[in-house]
Amino acid sequence: MSELRIHLEFSGGAELLVGKTKHHDIALPHQPHPWSLRQLIAWIRDNLLKERAELFVTGESVRPGILVLVNSTDWELLGQLDYTLQPNDHVIFISTLHGG
Amino acid sequence: MAQLSVEEVGRYGRQLILPEWGRRGQESVKGNSVLIVGVGGLGCPCALYLAAAGIGRLGLLDYDRVELSNLHRQVLHCENRVGVAKSESGRDAVKGLNSHISVTTHTVLLDSSNALSILSQYDIIVDATDNVATRYLLNDGCVLLGKPLVSGSALRFEGQLTVYGWRGGPCYRCLFPSPPPPASVTNCSEGGVLGVVPGVIGSLQALEALKIASGMEPLYSQQLLLFDALGGGFRTIRLRPRQPQCAVCGENPSITALIDYELFCGSRADDKDKRVDILDPELRVSPQEYSEVVSGGKPHLLLDVREEVEYQICHLPHSRNIPLCHLQNGSLDATWEWILETTPTANDPTYSVFVVCRRGNDSQLAVKLLCEHGKAKGRGEEVVIRDIIGGLVAWSETVDPLFPKY
Repeated sequence: MSELRIHLEFSGGAELLVGKTKHHDIALPHQPHPWSLRQLIAWIRDNLLKERAELFVTGESVRPGILVLVNSTDWELLGQLDYTLQPNDHVIFISTLHGG
Repeated sequence: MAQLSVEEVGRYGRQLILPEWGRRGQESVKGNSVLIVGVGGLGCPCALYLAAAGIGRLGLLDYDRVELSNLHRQVLHCENRVGVAKSESGRDAVKGLNSHISVTTHTVLLDSSNALSILSQYDIIVDATDNVATRYLLNDGCVLLGKPLVSGSALRFEGQLTVYGWRGGPCYRCLFPSPPPPASVTNCSEGGVLGVVPGVIGSLQALEALKIASGMEPLYSQQLLLFDALGGGFRTIRLRPRQPQCAVCGENPSITALIDYELFCGSRADDKDKRVDILDPELRVSPQEYSEVVSGGKPHLLLDVREEVEYQICHLPHSRNIPLCHLQNGSLDATWEWILETTPTANDPTYSVFVVCRRGNDSQLAVKLLCEHGKAKGRGEEVVIRDIIGGLVAWSETVDPLFPKY
């Protein structure tokens, strides 16, 4: 079995926590069970976050104020943390803006 | 239904001949009222297009006054109205554009005590505010009153737009049941914003409000528009529907009256900059005290911990730029090397390091980091590191008025 390749995108300021880069092509290592979004968030915390993880993660989920989308659809419609990642999924983490 | 005068038919002719709009749409718009909360980067373009299109009654709510640093994006205001209430400056501008419409100003800070009585005077509410607490307040108020909320936001090169509470669609709390931690929220003053970005989003808010007012369907109910002016362009995201367990619009709401939103969010209902105060007073000097160090020719180091882009806007002579984020990410050792190398006589107790930033918040964090690191590594006991209270803004205000503020 091979690794799972997906595309990550961070916007709305969330990219400032991951080296100021919006787009990340990543390869998740092979594991016996499918990758869930819950595991992806832990992977991001351990592998991508450069600083202040609490500005991205709360418990096992993202902090309040970050929307998660998979292929342009709100993760709430897809089972949230339990969603099973598919090859080439495009996962977006959007920090909501408040300025005006 | 409001009737159109002969003059109005001539004035609005270009949109009257659109079959989707027509006389019916125009009369409906004339009979509708919109409240714009926040007459800033989003509210200004929104007000312009609503007024130009002939909205019957426009409410402009803002507690703040026009500042010079607003004018790059708040396009209703102008140089000779700096210092004037934004609500009144906005009214003067839109009345100059269209004398047919009625404009009401509300020069107040919207809060739980006044929100329902003000919101209830309007058909459609536009959220053009700049802070989390007021966004929750507006959401709850609109749910309780059953009014659509056209919500926009902008920061740096990005903007977002959604219509909440439209015909059974989700509300702000359906998407964001809990407020973000205050440390994660950036305002336009700290993060920056390119003026045309709120211009784009505010114009789209006007479009959504006009579609609702004319009897058409808004585009962005249960949809989120993302605008990334740097590289992503426009994208639309499908959002969750109304959530049955939502605290305010759900089936068993726990919020049935407005609450204390500053308490709920842990942050104030404005976007004014927060003050940090974490250092002992003896580790702080005023700008005047620092200017005496300089004019007295006393040897010292000046460390400027702003971002490089800010350092390039303006800086004090003989300062060295090491951004706070570098100190937080592993540059402490190198910075200490520099301090010790540059210190001419190692045990000179008069030798000082001063740390400065824009407003005197990051400089305190930097002094704390440097002192803790020095202590842990057993170095630099002979060096006194202090911050300049109020930063370069205070320097400009109290020592050198020719030093730029941004």
